[in-house]
Amino acid sequence: MSFTSSRFHQKEYDAGFVTKVDTDEFPVGLSEEIIALISEKKEEPDFMLDLRMKAYRYWQKQVEPQWADLDIEPIDFQGVRYYAVPKNMDTAPQSLEDVDAEILKTFEKLGIPLSEQKRLTGVAVDAVFDSVSVGTTHQKELAEHGVIFCSISEAVREHPALVKKYLGKVVPYKDNFYTALNTAVFSDGSFCYIPKGVKCPMDLSTYFRINTEGTGQFERTLVIADSGSSVSYLEGCTAPQRDENQLHAAVVELWAEDNASIKYATVQNWYAGNREGKGGIYNFVTKRGLCSGVNSHISWTQVEAGSAITWKYPSCVLKGDNSRGEFYSVALTNNKMQADTGTKMIHIGKNTSSYIISKGISAQESKNSYRGLVKMGKGATGARNFTQCDSMLVGDKCVANTYPVIENQNHTTTIEHEASTSKISEDQLYYLNSRGLSTEQAVSLMINGFCKEVIQKLPLEFSVEAVKLLEMKLEESVG
Amino acid sequence: MLTIKNLSAKTGDTQILKGVNLDVQAGSKHAIMGPNGSGKSTLAKVLSGHPDYEVTSGEAWLEGTKGERVNLLELEAFERSLHGLFIGFQYPVEVPGVNNLEFLRASFNSLCEFHGSAPLDEEEFKVFIAEKTSSLGFGEPFLARDLNADLSGGEKKRNEIIQLSVLNPKLAVMDETDSGLDVDALREVGGALNNLHHSENAYIMVTHYERLLEIVKPDFVHVFHDGKIIKTADRSIVKEIDEKGYDWLIEKGQS
Repeated sequence: MSFTSSRFHQKEYDAGFVTKVDTDEFPVGLSEEIIALISEKKEEPDFMLDLRMKAYRYWQKQVEPQWADLDIEPIDFQGVRYYAVPKNMDTAPQSLEDVDAEILKTFEKLGIPLSEQKRLTGVAVDAVFDSVSVGTTHQKELAEHGVIFCSISEAVREHPALVKKYLGKVVPYKDNFYTALNTAVFSDGSFCYIPKGVKCPMDLSTYFRINTEGTGQFERTLVIADSGSSVSYLEGCTAPQRDENQLHAAVVELWAEDNASIKYATVQNWYAGNREGKGGIYNFVTKRGLCSGVNSHISWTQVEAGSAITWKYPSCVLKGDNSRGEFYSVALTNNKMQADTGTKMIHIGKNTSSYIISKGISAQESKNSYRGLVKMGKGATGARNFTQCDSMLVGDKCVANTYPVIENQNHTTTIEHEASTSKISEDQLYYLNSRGLSTEQAVSLMINGFCKEVIQKLPLEFSVEAVKLLEMKLEESVG
Repeated sequence: MLTIKNLSAKTGDTQILKGVNLDVQAGSKHAIMGPNGSGKSTLAKVLSGHPDYEVTSGEAWLEGTKGERVNLLELEAFERSLHGLFIGFQYPVEVPGVNNLEFLRASFNSLCEFHGSAPLDEEEFKVFIAEKTSSLGFGEPFLARDLNADLSGGEKKRNEIIQLSVLNPKLAVMDETDSGLDVDALREVGGALNNLHHSENAYIMVTHYERLLEIVKPDFVHVFHDGKIIKTADRSIVKEIDEKGYDWLIEKGQS
């Protein structure tokens, strides 16, 4: 007798299908001509092209970061296609009627219907397909509250002053290799501006879909919460199942003014490769939020369940006095996935506080590392941090590492760090089985217990989905 | 209620059960005694579907909670539980991160679902479990903790009894429930077992010692040796075993 039964066969990656659409693609490779072409396609003002070129020239002189705990085959950046959009969609379509029916079907299949009748209520969606946003729902209702929610391309054209003021200010292009690359070539992403004193009337979300073969996705998201405003933002990601690796290098910038609050949640389920580690998305992401104003608040919640490689450290710069940064993360790796993820909390202002809850689950032959920095600057008097970093191992061939770094430059701070490592064993499954719980239910109970503090930070619909995703991934592993 | 016929099982290459026959009627209490390594605990594990054991021959039929006779050996471990088999473990497994109360509710609701009755929500279950722990007279403080992880040895055993009272099985196989308990705890656990016993359920108590059986008085005592039952008697034999050990029975059984 064993726990292996037909019910626990390799679960298919539901989102692994390809949509057949005619696309306009740029030639493979990267050059100043390609960048100029992207900028031209998007009808960008000059300042944007200048920024792209500066970033590109800087990037050419950089090498990829090597410090992460990741084994990565060398990436041929000249072998990547930097721009692919469905035909006749160089600029975001005016209405959904202009969008290829296949694309609408794709999003519907992924649970994100965009049409007026079927769209999700209570949450506005910006749907990004390869290099372009194909539609944003609920824009009118949001506009009534003064909220701007659109693709970043549209924002560059329609709200250049705002973009110029904030883009690249939280994450400068020189930040790292991938931010320079992203700044040079980013093709789309979401933009959102919440005006002073406005509590955004619905959740905002972006759904990223990579479709075309050989294409990288370089999205750019910018969320600005003006004084006294608040917003909750969600993002989801999937890609087709392919044997080749595809590159995804995103930059997300959050800016919170006085008393503003931004909650940013991600459920990442990019294709992770097959059991042998073939294929999957290389996910190199720089996410950072600036608590610029006093009493501002930025909270990152992430469920990272996909990608062959994840390199991602959503961070907070706590500049405003009494500002607060939070990071809640579940990172799950199975098969041969590798994740190096964590956060940085940079305390600059007085009485700033940060809270880090990281849960890493590694199964099979995967590798899961937490990397964190808590930095208390000279002026961060009275600052506080609490970090809890838990790892769960499933099986005996996986690896979990934690690399917490604390830099403290003043004596008035309080820094706490807790860590634990545990393991899902056959004995535990058997024990729960013997109490009338199926293996699915048992795994679900254990995962829910382990991730509870993170999952409950997600908006309700997302949390149900996230738990299902984690359960599905783990059932493969305990089967 | 339970009929075990010629049950044999092995782990790896080692044959441990070698033809166990046992009949258990509703409303009865059985004790299984025997020297270390005789296979007593293995019987409990095999009945419950432990993945380390392979049944090589035999049958085990339970008249389950749905009224029909089911062959336990054909069911997944969790289905055996749903049909009314409960194992009180000698070493309850620690499951850190899983809250005891949530676990109990999940377990109870799985049973509800199996019987087509409505599951209890958090609030309803709190009321339900409060009645259970108050009638047991212990366990209330365990509920907020993680399943077995934050419990002492004695508390873990009491936690098994809480689970027994929540699931109300047809047949409870209690594997060395008395080991590791001090006198007071033993009295508490034994008393609870007596209170939870009724005409529709039955117990099999696997034990080394007389002391539990003085509280929960068995109707039958089976002596286990070398993977099978070599003697069945009434409870007067318990005292005799306590005085003389097992050798006289083993010699007799083998002659």
